[in-house]
Amino acid sequence: MKFISSLLLTALLSYAACLFLPWWSIALAAFLVAFFISQKIGWAFLSGFLAIFILWFALSQYISSKNEDILAHKVSQIILQTDNPFMLMLVTGLVGGIVAGFAAAAGASLQMKKIRNSV
Amino acid sequence: MRLISFLISSILTMGLIILLNTKMVLPAPLGKLLAPQSGLWQNADDANEDFSGDFNFPQLKGKASVYLDERLVPHIFAEQENDAYFIQGYLHAKFRLWQMDLQTRAAAGEVSEVIGEKGLAHDREFRRLGMVYGAENALKEMEANPDTKASCDAYTAGVNAYIHSLTESTLPFEYKLMGFKPREWSNLRSALFLKYMSYDLASYETDFEMEHARSYFDSTDMNLLYPVFQDSADPIIPKGTLFPEPSIHPKAPAHVDSVYLKGDIDVIENEKPNPANGSNNWAVSGKKTKSGFPILCNDPHLGLNLPSLWYEIQISTPAFNAYGVSFPGAPGVIIGYNDSCAFGFTNGGRDVRDYYEITFKDNSRQEYWFNNEWKKTTFRIEEIKIAGKPVFYDTVAYTIFGPVMYDKSFAGKKDSSKKNYAVRWKAHDASNELLIFYKLNRAKNYEDYKDACMNLEVPGQNVAFACKNGDIAIRTQGAWPAKWTGQGDFIMPGQDSSYMWQGIIPQTEVPYQYNPERGFISSANQRPVQNNYPYYLGRNYPSSRGIIINRLLSSMEQITPQDMMQMQNNNYNVFAETVMPVLLKNIDATALTGKDQEYLNILRNWDLRNDADSKGATVFFIFWNQFKTAVFGDEFAKVPNGVLSPQESTLEEAILRDSTYKFIDNINTPQKETLSDITTQAFLAAGKELRTIEIAKELPWALYKGTEIDHLTKVIPALNRLNLPIGGGDHIINATKKNHGPSWRMVVSLTPQTEAYGVYPGGQSGNPGSKYYDNFINQWVAGKYYSLWMMTKEEVNDKRIKWTMHFSPKKA
Repeated sequence: MKFISSLLLTALLSYAACLFLPWWSIALAAFLVAFFISQKIGWAFLSGFLAIFILWFALSQYISSKNEDILAHKVSQIILQTDNPFMLMLVTGLVGGIVAGFAAAAGASLQMKKIRNSV
Repeated sequence: MRLISFLISSILTMGLIILLNTKMVLPAPLGKLLAPQSGLWQNADDANEDFSGDFNFPQLKGKASVYLDERLVPHIFAEQENDAYFIQGYLHAKFRLWQMDLQTRAAAGEVSEVIGEKGLAHDREFRRLGMVYGAENALKEMEANPDTKASCDAYTAGVNAYIHSLTESTLPFEYKLMGFKPREWSNLRSALFLKYMSYDLASYETDFEMEHARSYFDSTDMNLLYPVFQDSADPIIPKGTLFPEPSIHPKAPAHVDSVYLKGDIDVIENEKPNPANGSNNWAVSGKKTKSGFPILCNDPHLGLNLPSLWYEIQISTPAFNAYGVSFPGAPGVIIGYNDSCAFGFTNGGRDVRDYYEITFKDNSRQEYWFNNEWKKTTFRIEEIKIAGKPVFYDTVAYTIFGPVMYDKSFAGKKDSSKKNYAVRWKAHDASNELLIFYKLNRAKNYEDYKDACMNLEVPGQNVAFACKNGDIAIRTQGAWPAKWTGQGDFIMPGQDSSYMWQGIIPQTEVPYQYNPERGFISSANQRPVQNNYPYYLGRNYPSSRGIIINRLLSSMEQITPQDMMQMQNNNYNVFAETVMPVLLKNIDATALTGKDQEYLNILRNWDLRNDADSKGATVFFIFWNQFKTAVFGDEFAKVPNGVLSPQESTLEEAILRDSTYKFIDNINTPQKETLSDITTQAFLAAGKELRTIEIAKELPWALYKGTEIDHLTKVIPALNRLNLPIGGGDHIINATKKNHGPSWRMVVSLTPQTEAYGVYPGGQSGNPGSKYYDNFINQWVAGKYYSLWMMTKEEVNDKRIKWTMHFSPKKA
């Protein structure tokens, strides 16, 4: 339950943050969610990672489908040196996911509850 | 334990962010680029994007509407004239901002600021040529005229209104990819853009190359290689035309041949404009057309790029109504038509850029020797910003001739020049080129056209004109220096005024034709007039296209716009027609075996057309190149610093006239070769090359030629369009080469209800993520056109209109 809610909340908060802030605000979102919703570090990493992986993959997939993949064909050749829009979406998800994953792990390491206990 | 895990995770997170947000480790900031809400994905335009909307700007004076048709061509209807220019600026920026920004940076020598040190040689050369200096002078003229000032001000405000509306996510694609930000627009940047066109069209010269050649060849050889006159040309103004007495009589200095400078030249220019920058235009009068009304045609041959140089537009205000292509970067319609007439351009091609050798008193460059005294230079300090590096300051000395472009600190592709060369370029002088377009957009008759043309100084053009009242005309207009024969073909001494230009040919003395008897006017960059014109015209003119255009137009009657479209796509090679008989006669067929025999048969059976699937065209092309090498290669290998290829027509005329042309002999062999010997040798060498081409399955002309339209950066293959199946080439009306050719094809029939057609190899959007980025290319390749629609206000409900943008001064 905590896993699912962390995941959803991270995705939601990241989406909102990126409307106003630079892309790396996903790290802040993942950190905060992991900080407030206590999970084991491994699970926190996974929920942060999956949240942004799914969010970014889905967003890029959505944008690209409306674009008839015109740009994705070109950009995948530029960035991945291969004409593969799907791969570009996967890489998009991975790049965001890994940042959010580690940020969530950092947040989980400093969890609210533990800090209170130690005070 | 948790603290350690916190530290590790935080450091990893921050490390990743730095890694993915900068180019410090990875070649690109992947996170920044791929973030779906702000990165490149945001440039993936919705294929069904809705461009309609309401736009409010306090800069506007009245209401205006823009109707975008299915090809994304805007039809601007504005109550106030200058609002139309504001909107044009806004639309140029909306669809082409990066291109405008980059091209004016290139013009101004500001490329290093975005691409780093590798742009420095370009930037220094352009600054030293005086591009910014010239643009500043032009701007003064543009702003001294209230009409052009108002249109520029409005245009600039429109561009900037769009720039200010940009956010991180709406930034154009290439800014994100290259990592820089748009720069504020200004009237100076429009002047710089126009100066870039002058660079492209009116800065070609071969002074250094000719000097290199002269250091090896004597004057007899020089005349054989680079003759002052060509016999074969069919000039723009027909032979036999008489010209009035000239008002200027330029006099060559005494001892002009012996005084010329000798000695080593340490300069190789870093960049040169493409000498193939040229065009076709013609107009036929009503007596030759089916409709009884004139037809005007134009196809400017320029570098083909994406985004295209051109942006199609209709501008309609109470003062004028014009349709055609515009330059993203400048207000108005450049090539097109209005409700009364049509206008088109080809390049004049005369040499208006000359070099003078300067002697400085000492290393400080503060004084130079001129007319028996030491004269003071002035300095212009060029501040060149370089990405990731400290600012580079280049101090350029200015003389009475102009800037000292090459000296000890800059010598183009060489390290340093012991000698100093000042450049005198007509484009340095103040002139208002916008005025010709401003006036042509509004022209109603021949007098208006003539009045408009008088404002064109640089780049000088052959301006074609046709009017609904039946008039056709052409003027080879420009501010051309009145030169004595040979002036400026070589580097000139700059120690006194004797070699300076002695005047500018008055605009009233330029060659022109108005309703000629033959019923058509035409130009294709050939020599404009025969030898009886009183002024010197220089040496570099291509002849072939002019010959075939005039031949076809002379023979045609009952012409329709469809005939004209076919003619613009004509692939007949009149150059090959002339040289083939001599070449075929001189190939010793008994010396050929197997494959070579086969290639000879292909050549013999060739229909002289460079069609896309023609194998004969490829055989001829390779063979002719080998033939040129066989004739000139032996001598040219001995010329220091490379050599200028003679005009194709020079060798053509030489072998037609004289089978013992001096350069035919191979000077590296003891025996004396005949024309037949080297023709056969050339064919055998061509055979070898052709076998490789055939194995690669590239014998058909279009496959061998490989026409491509590259993204402006040239370095991102994914953004280019490659291997286009199109014929044509050098010497041919359809002048499509590898990445150069008809950048806009237009046919305008001036019937009471104008019937116009056009196409350019690109698309209205500059965004590689838009389906309008390159959607005209297939049509262009196929030689097909779009019907150009001069929309009227009554047609707002026409089904061709897909979107409407409403502009007004303030919020409703």
